[in-house]
Amino acid sequence: MKSAILQTATRYLLPILLLFSFFLLLRGHYYPGGGFVGGLVAAIAFVLHSFANGTANTMKILRYKPLSLIPIGLAISTLSVVAPLLFGLPPMTGLWFEEPIPVIGMIGSALFFDLGVYLVVIGVVLTILFTIALEQ
Amino acid sequence: MELLLVIVIGLLYSGGVYLILRRSMVKLLLGIMLLGNGTNILIFLLGKITKGSPPVINEAYKVFQDIYADPIPQALILTAIVISFALTSFAIVLLKRVYALVDSDDLDDLNTPEEEEL
Amino acid sequence: MIDNHILAPVFVQLFTAIAQLMFWRKTVTQRFLSVGGSIIGLLVAIRLFSRTQSEGILTMNAANWDAPFGIVFVADTLSVTLVLLTSIAGVAVSIFSSVSLSRQRMLYGYFPIFHFLIMGLYGAFLTGDIFNLYVYFEVIIISSFVLMTLGGRKAQLEGAVKYMAMNILASMFFLTGIGILYGITGSLNMADVAMKIQLVQNKTLVGITSCFFIIGFGIKSAVFPLYYWLPSSYHTPPSAVAATFGGLLTKVGIYAMIRVLSLIFIPDDFTKTLLMVIAVLTIVTGAFGALIKTNVRRLFSYLIVCHIGFMVGGIAMFTKVALMGTVFYLIHDIVVKTTMFLIAGLIRQLRGTLEMEKLGGLYRDYPKVSLLIAVVLFSLVGIPPLSGFWPKIFLFQDSFSQQQYFFAAALLFGSFVTLFVIARMWSKVFWKNPPEEENVEDRFAPMQPYKKLLMLLPIAFLCGVTLYIGLNAEAIVNVTDKISNQLIDNSSYIKAVLGEKTN
Repeated sequence: MKSAILQTATRYLLPILLLFSFFLLLRGHYYPGGGFVGGLVAAIAFVLHSFANGTANTMKILRYKPLSLIPIGLAISTLSVVAPLLFGLPPMTGLWFEEPIPVIGMIGSALFFDLGVYLVVIGVVLTILFTIALEQ
Repeated sequence: MELLLVIVIGLLYSGGVYLILRRSMVKLLLGIMLLGNGTNILIFLLGKITKGSPPVINEAYKVFQDIYADPIPQALILTAIVISFALTSFAIVLLKRVYALVDSDDLDDLNTPEEEEL
Repeated sequence: MIDNHILAPVFVQLFTAIAQLMFWRKTVTQRFLSVGGSIIGLLVAIRLFSRTQSEGILTMNAANWDAPFGIVFVADTLSVTLVLLTSIAGVAVSIFSSVSLSRQRMLYGYFPIFHFLIMGLYGAFLTGDIFNLYVYFEVIIISSFVLMTLGGRKAQLEGAVKYMAMNILASMFFLTGIGILYGITGSLNMADVAMKIQLVQNKTLVGITSCFFIIGFGIKSAVFPLYYWLPSSYHTPPSAVAATFGGLLTKVGIYAMIRVLSLIFIPDDFTKTLLMVIAVLTIVTGAFGALIKTNVRRLFSYLIVCHIGFMVGGIAMFTKVALMGTVFYLIHDIVVKTTMFLIAGLIRQLRGTLEMEKLGGLYRDYPKVSLLIAVVLFSLVGIPPLSGFWPKIFLFQDSFSQQQYFFAAALLFGSFVTLFVIARMWSKVFWKNPPEEENVEDRFAPMQPYKKLLMLLPIAFLCGVTLYIGLNAEAIVNVTDKISNQLIDNSSYIKAVLGEKTN
């Protein structure tokens, strides 16, 4: 499926969608959004790219296999879950930095959990879709 | 609103059960998905749709009760959706593989005798 | 008592799985990580068990939310006992699969998924929140789908379709039950629900909800009208996988049934009768199935169904003695069923087939290995000093004092059929001369000695555990006594979770 319109549009849509997914990830703690939705949007961005340019090209711009994102994401999430144990708190307790960081705002362990979820979702969705796409 | 949702749940469940009882694998999957959606709406409905009993806020604070719905059912549905997403995607890949091997969509054809391997 | 470390077994398995995912396609590293992780898991589980024995029920409020609002994890004696047994079975299966499984399967991620499965089991045993239990059930079934399809042979995928459809359906029932339960009580914390459900006026609705749970757990634990997925799928995956499934997965259903019935839906006469009918029919149909099967693993699959009936019958009587029998049988069953499927895998390595007609002469060729296997088989049948004997005594005794003569008869029938099919299997597989025209494909003899040892070690280890359970039955009876006290009188559980606020 080659379509000049889709290819041109994807060239601009891919970075915008990725940026939007990151925006969803960052606002996720208090507002609608979060790691799962952000990850899905990012994955959809790559899926759109693969529709326009073929799966092989998408895998080329990704450089790494999406599968390798899963352990990294899982490790980040799990570490943020376990981290409160070091302070004598139960797992999953939110730990927050005292001062807000400019632009991003308050940073806590919840953000790292979401970041891990974000990576895992991208990895899983792209792995599944590429597996189905390459089988045909 | 409640009545509408109840009817929707009933339709989803009956449709899901009907599809599951068919012999086709694809319809089996579709039936499972319909049942899953019906269950999600059921949880949504039972969590009292708009004005709820928010779990943490004391019952004496009437003001808050009017504004806040109970967030727990929504969290439950979200979790259930994520889980059914994973299950469905796995099931699709599995059924695709089975179709490629058996070359049939009929559940009655899934009776290859035991072939031995470790 | 609050202890923030009761989730340690879960995290050990999770980190093992993550580390293995990082060493994707490096199967040797994954094997070492798997065995190492399982052993650490076992040590952590032993520590948790001994802490619970000395300090009573431990709880942990996740994310520091107080009990009825947040997710709570509870380690009471039943939970930690099952965590301990899961760890024991996990170590054995991990060692066995690291030598018996083909490299092809390991390349597709057998080990990480196996550890996710064990993590899900730990979580399901330790959680005190009904929705969290559902989530861990989903972790378990998704992992088990992958394990079941890994390898992608035709028979395997066909078995997986049936397995998948029935298990997703079970989850739907479970989830619907949770939805209604939340609607009528407004809580998900099992201890809190246990308090609030007593205040519900509409007892019919409560009864219907309990049916949703019983159907959901019934499909998972393979009871009478709902078990057909089990014998048509459990013989398809590799024996190491079947060992995990046969030993542990159906038992999670039993565990959930015990937990929910002892806390939330205290069985009334109707539920008791229903469960008793189910139990008797499960035993009888499972036994009939076992009688006609000539394939070793299919035979074992039907024996799983038959013995599930024993436990359901114990739950149906719901007295202290019956629950002691059920829990004791659960302990025995996890160890022995895991060992049996490992033995099936070993026989497959020795002879290249599991059809009883084509087997024979194992005792002549491998007398020592056969004796080891004989101990396990005797234990399964329930020869007196071994572990299968004691729980049946409890169940049998209580079925008479409760005047459940049908169950007593079914118990006897099931035990005799087990004895008969195992004796038939012994004579056909071990004593009979092998059929002459078959050319034996022995993959065991040419193995290096360390591999032979690693293959026998898990079986010997589990055999030692079942001997320990049998010979040191007094200690186990003490533990089961404690467990059934906590189950019959759930106030200690509720108090441990909700603290002093309740009274």
